[in-house]
Amino acid sequence: MSGPGPIEFGLVVLIMAAAIRAHVAQATFAAALGFIAYGLLLGLVWVRLGTVDVALTAATVGAMTGVLLLSAATRMRAGERAAILERPGPALRGLIAVLCIAVSAAIALVVLMPADPAPTLAPAAAANNLHATGVGNPVTAVLMAYRAIDTLLVNVVLLIAVVAVWSMAPDSLWGGRPGPTPVRQDNEALTFLARLLPPIAVGVGIYLLWNDINEPGGAFQGGAILAAMWILARMAGLVDAPAIGRLSLRLALVSGPVVFLTAGFAGFALAEGFLAYPSGWERPVIIVINSAMTLTVAVTLAMLLEGPPTRPPSPPLAGMPTAQDAKRGER
Amino acid sequence: MTLTITSLYGLLGAALVGLGLYGLLVQPHPLRKILAFNVMGGGLFLVFDVVARRGAAAWFPADPVPQAFVITAIMMALAGTALAVAIMLRLFAETGRVTLRPEPPASSDGQGGDS
Repeated sequence: MSGPGPIEFGLVVLIMAAAIRAHVAQATFAAALGFIAYGLLLGLVWVRLGTVDVALTAATVGAMTGVLLLSAATRMRAGERAAILERPGPALRGLIAVLCIAVSAAIALVVLMPADPAPTLAPAAAANNLHATGVGNPVTAVLMAYRAIDTLLVNVVLLIAVVAVWSMAPDSLWGGRPGPTPVRQDNEALTFLARLLPPIAVGVGIYLLWNDINEPGGAFQGGAILAAMWILARMAGLVDAPAIGRLSLRLALVSGPVVFLTAGFAGFALAEGFLAYPSGWERPVIIVINSAMTLTVAVTLAMLLEGPPTRPPSPPLAGMPTAQDAKRGER
Repeated sequence: MTLTITSLYGLLGAALVGLGLYGLLVQPHPLRKILAFNVMGGGLFLVFDVVARRGAAAWFPADPVPQAFVITAIMMALAGTALAVAIMLRLFAETGRVTLRPEPPASSDGQGGDS
């Protein structure tokens, strides 16, 4: 492999600068902006390393994390001054710095002392049964076939995270809509982008989903891009968040795990066991699971960014009249 | 030994882990802690990706198993961040303060030990 060139060193310097900026900036808002730059630059590193699947996910999700932190920073400006006073003293800071450098040095040592040849079972696994999954992209093969149970559990954990975020809402707002009421922006560039980009991005998202069979892409990447478009349209005030009690929203949230589990249990009857796909049908089964997962990932990420409900449900929901009545009685 | 692209990025990842860990421990504002945690996460994912690149074999540009793990880990990090931000905003809405301490902070600087 050729040595690092100016692009590599430039990226390293820029990333370190963005990461340090995210630490030392006075205002949390500025720090969050530094973090967005950091996330996008890291995405470039993943492209340079040839791991495009990771780059797609990292860049999209990194930007979303940045938006999440930015919106939180604007809502919490009041307490910033008081918090700065709690910074640990110089002696303790020095000790922490030394220990953190030790952690970095230990990791650096591992990086610089590679096992040669690197231990990997990839060629053996690929030679034996990659073709049997009917999938050409090895990352998709790992996510959907070799380690399908991990992917299923990640889907479930995302769902649990949404439930946990929703549960941060005060009781009176349960079942309501999250986030601020949409206000149509006068900013024409934003409105224009929010109208122009989503149709293109829906195409890109579906392409990534379909394409992951042989090329980089997949449910997580496609879902993340779809969720990003929702946030864009939401910021422009073109759409409003759904009430969290809505049945269609809840169905969309559970569709991925439900389809995945159905396919998993069907494996007992049609193939060798749990999450085993019937021979000859691997590819169509993976596409169906991936489609449902893309929907779940997109809706889950969008709901995670929306946060807990902030507005009471305007028409009382049919499903939970007793809880609402009880809350009204308390007030 | 010569410095390869892979080990250069591995060193960057190692430095970012240390930097993020320092911020996580030292920054008093919970939002800054969450941010530092994500910086540390980015560094960790990078180290893991370098491991994937090391395992490059057969016709793969990089070992697909660590790659798949990094993709799922990135999703987990976002879920954790969203939950932490939600908890923090609720705390702020309830108490009007952004501190992790039980009592309001003393006005003197320098004595702060735990955070």
